[in-house]
Amino acid sequence: MLTEQSLQTKAGWLEERLGLSSIRAFLAHKTVPVHSGTMWYYFGGITLFLFMIQASTGILLLLYYRPTPTEAYESVQFIMTRVQFGWLIRSIHSWAANLMILSAFIHMFSVALLHAYRRPRELTWLSGVALLGLLLGFGFSGYLLPWNTVSYFATKVGTDLAASVPAIGPALARFLRGGDDVGGATLTRFFGFHVVVLPAITAALLMLHLAQVQRHGISSPPKIEARWSGQGLAVPQMPFLPNFLLRELMAWYAALGLLGALAAFLPWELGEKADPFVSAPAGIRPEWYFLAPFYTLKLIPSHIWIFEGELVGFLGFGLLAVWWAGLPFWATSRQGELRSRLVTGAGVALMAYLAMFSILGYWR
Amino acid sequence: MTGDRRSVVGWLLGGGFTASVASFAYPVLKFLMPPDVPEAAVNEVAAGKLQDIAPNAAKIVKFGSRPVLLIRVNETEFKAYSAICTHLNCTVQFQQDSHQIWCACHNGFYDLNGKVVSGPPPRPLEELTVHVRGQDVVITRHA
Repeated sequence: MLTEQSLQTKAGWLEERLGLSSIRAFLAHKTVPVHSGTMWYYFGGITLFLFMIQASTGILLLLYYRPTPTEAYESVQFIMTRVQFGWLIRSIHSWAANLMILSAFIHMFSVALLHAYRRPRELTWLSGVALLGLLLGFGFSGYLLPWNTVSYFATKVGTDLAASVPAIGPALARFLRGGDDVGGATLTRFFGFHVVVLPAITAALLMLHLAQVQRHGISSPPKIEARWSGQGLAVPQMPFLPNFLLRELMAWYAALGLLGALAAFLPWELGEKADPFVSAPAGIRPEWYFLAPFYTLKLIPSHIWIFEGELVGFLGFGLLAVWWAGLPFWATSRQGELRSRLVTGAGVALMAYLAMFSILGYWR
Repeated sequence: MTGDRRSVVGWLLGGGFTASVASFAYPVLKFLMPPDVPEAAVNEVAAGKLQDIAPNAAKIVKFGSRPVLLIRVNETEFKAYSAICTHLNCTVQFQQDSHQIWCACHNGFYDLNGKVVSGPPPRPLEELTVHVRGQDVVITRHA
């Protein structure tokens, strides 16, 4: 039987080895600002939670999935029809991927509009943008793994777009495909990227991102800071432990509820097996998070001046991504003044472009 | 003097380290690029019998590892094009009602001569030659 004394002895033993009290003391000092926009702080944690679900369900799927063109589709079919709760695990994996990317986008735009990227949080922003890029990479590589028609053509388009990069494009496309065209070698490579390379890079970058959040704390929006400081007060805070953490756990629970409902009532479909010798079917379109560039590529004419349209499109997307990733560096003037209207305008314009072109890409 | 020595040692160590990193990285980078796997050159394939394909209809035919779109324009005329869209590599299809070749991925249209009619494709489709030998339809690559 455990007496209080024996518990204390065990706690002391652990304390001597792990030094948990310093972590407890650190968390006890951590606070989160309380204001009208506090709800947006939950989305980073929700994204992390969905990432953990992805890792767990991904490991489960690995037990049955086989990454070859002759077996991939059949192995997913086997998971969905023969393995107990296989349909649910696969459906959760697919839905959680989509919710995770949605949550990451919400997190990114809320950080931009609350101006939380400001000095000294530039690296937090940059690592976050890179993490979103990695999540899109997970989406792109994972999409091919069931080896169905839609994923096959999406990969052909995506890797051919990479081929339009000046100078290194053909080599890059060949590296991605593992050959001249999308085939078995591509599937093997994408599987490797999806289950080993991307998780390893993501884990390292996530550590940096979270360490930065811990180091600099949670930022308060400048307007709210100014309002409180005008009254000679600081922005009200709530303790991270337990107040914010318990609220965050409730948000995770809500996300889990939504995920469970989507996975159970709208199970993810498998589609038709990929066949390199059939035409791309009518109505083919990528996942929702690639719809905006997909629709833009539809609109860009074959040639703009002396350049091919796909090259112009690729360079356009690249420049847009670099410009957005560089937000902390152009958001502040040389005099150190925040250009908050410019940033808000740019953020709203980018969201409007993504939303509008995604809707158009879905319907047209 | 000591400074000079330290700087020489620093250069030697730095140079050695850089060279060793390069010697590890080079084979890894070469390993990442897939080797060329030569395919048997295909210049001619049998695309089936005349009766397999109705007038104003088309089918995809394997031409080595590439898809080719074989179109029977009318009773006597056949056309064959590489079925790979010149825009972003999707596989095109024949539209019976508009008598055009269509890429569903980004809405590119080609006419029955393989020329771009509308949409983003930058170049015409590569044309192949169709021969009818008795009841057999044969596709050959232009010399």
